Amino acid sequence: MRTIDTETIIKTVSEMCIEASHFLTPDMKEALSKATESEISPLGKQVLDQLSENLRIAGEDMIPICQDTGMAVIFAEVGSDVHVEGNLTDAINEGVRRGYVDGYLRKSVVSDPLLRVNTGDNTPAVIHYDIVPGEKIKLTLAPKGFGSENMSKIFMLKPADGEEGVKSAILSAVKDAGPNACPPMVVGVGIGGTFEKCALLAKKALTREVNKRSDIEWVRNMEEELLDRINRSGIGPGGLGGSTTALAVNINTYPTHIAGLPVAVNICCHVNRHSVREL
Amino acid sequence: MDRHISAPLKEEDINELKMGDYVYITGTVYVARDAAHKRMMELLDEGKELPFDLKDNIIYYMGPSPAREGRPIGSAGPTTASRMDKYAPKLLDLGLKGMIGKGKRSREVIDAIVRNKCVYFAAVGGAGAILSRAITSSEIVAYEDLGAEAIRKLEVKDFPCIVIVDKDGNNLYETAVSQYNRE
Repeated sequence: MRTIDTETIIKTVSEMCIEASHFLTPDMKEALSKATESEISPLGKQVLDQLSENLRIAGEDMIPICQDTGMAVIFAEVGSDVHVEGNLTDAINEGVRRGYVDGYLRKSVVSDPLLRVNTGDNTPAVIHYDIVPGEKIKLTLAPKGFGSENMSKIFMLKPADGEEGVKSAILSAVKDAGPNACPPMVVGVGIGGTFEKCALLAKKALTREVNKRSDIEWVRNMEEELLDRINRSGIGPGGLGGSTTALAVNINTYPTHIAGLPVAVNICCHVNRHSVREL
Repeated sequence: MDRHISAPLKEEDINELKMGDYVYITGTVYVARDAAHKRMMELLDEGKELPFDLKDNIIYYMGPSPAREGRPIGSAGPTTASRMDKYAPKLLDLGLKGMIGKGKRSREVIDAIVRNKCVYFAAVGGAGAILSRAITSSEIVAYEDLGAEAIRKLEVKDFPCIVIVDKDGNNLYETAVSQYNRE
């Protein structure tokens, strides 16, 4: 049994919030610069250049890439042989609080969905726990902006809808999102499970590197086909027309019920932020 | 085409602006988003005055991140404009001339743009760091309790944006997407 104190967790989460808001992962940067080369619209190219320049300024001046520094979503994989001294959930929330306050990040969380009073420190975070073998804790922080979150959708399809039904659901979500979701987007998809499981699969799919395809052959083929079809839609960077509407389609799957075919589409803008640490 | 214009907007500039123009705005713009619009509507319903004069002005739909010491503002990119669609026609009818945001607008907003000869601009979403460099000063004029959603008065210099809907109702989101559609 290994012991981890909550101060280590607080400090780590706080650093992750600041890091994710100012720096994209190398796979995202590479995808954006490749897109700039291949984009066919001059205005689209200009937008993509502006995004690369934006990333440079964000890192140099320590000013968030996007003002919507999101609601903090955290996937915590907790080893069954780890003992946390203190309350893990409280520690994660304290880390978010410090990161958002000390890091000059925007506080975008309201305490009640209808009464809408800002909590002032961007807490609480949305935390998904998983118990895994081992004596480590792996934290994945993915601050989610709501321009794209608002354009996400869930479809409870019928088994008879099959592959074509799944593809057209995903394409319709992307087309409806259009310029609102700040394209070029990353499209996270969950297929299978239950109502809530497929939404979680879609959210987690956004944390997979954009240059890494699924290990399952039919899923990989669907990811590639959909990316190509999305980029033929014409939406383009900023929704201003062009050939770069999405940088990747990441699909995760799970067994499901004989009567169902749930599909969730979680759309992320080009600021597909995340930070991963292992303790 | 690239154009440099001043804010508050002038009628002759609005008449020249065409869908797809790349525009650099210099002057004063006001910032308001969801919660501030809701409060402004309540004031109008009660017959009271708004915290700033709408006439010929631009509202930028934005909620910045906090400013570091010595800087006027933090990251400052546009938010999704459609959430303000419910409120925009009334403000346009009362003299507002321009809006900066991102994303599609409703038929009602586009009709109000044409009726009042106004413009809807988009700034590049998610480019808040670069856009903050075009903001030279920021002052809260109302609703400080709303934090990032307070009404602000900004001075901007060569603030870059694109004309999405011009005074005649031409809509770049529709025409540009069909131009590049290869399905």
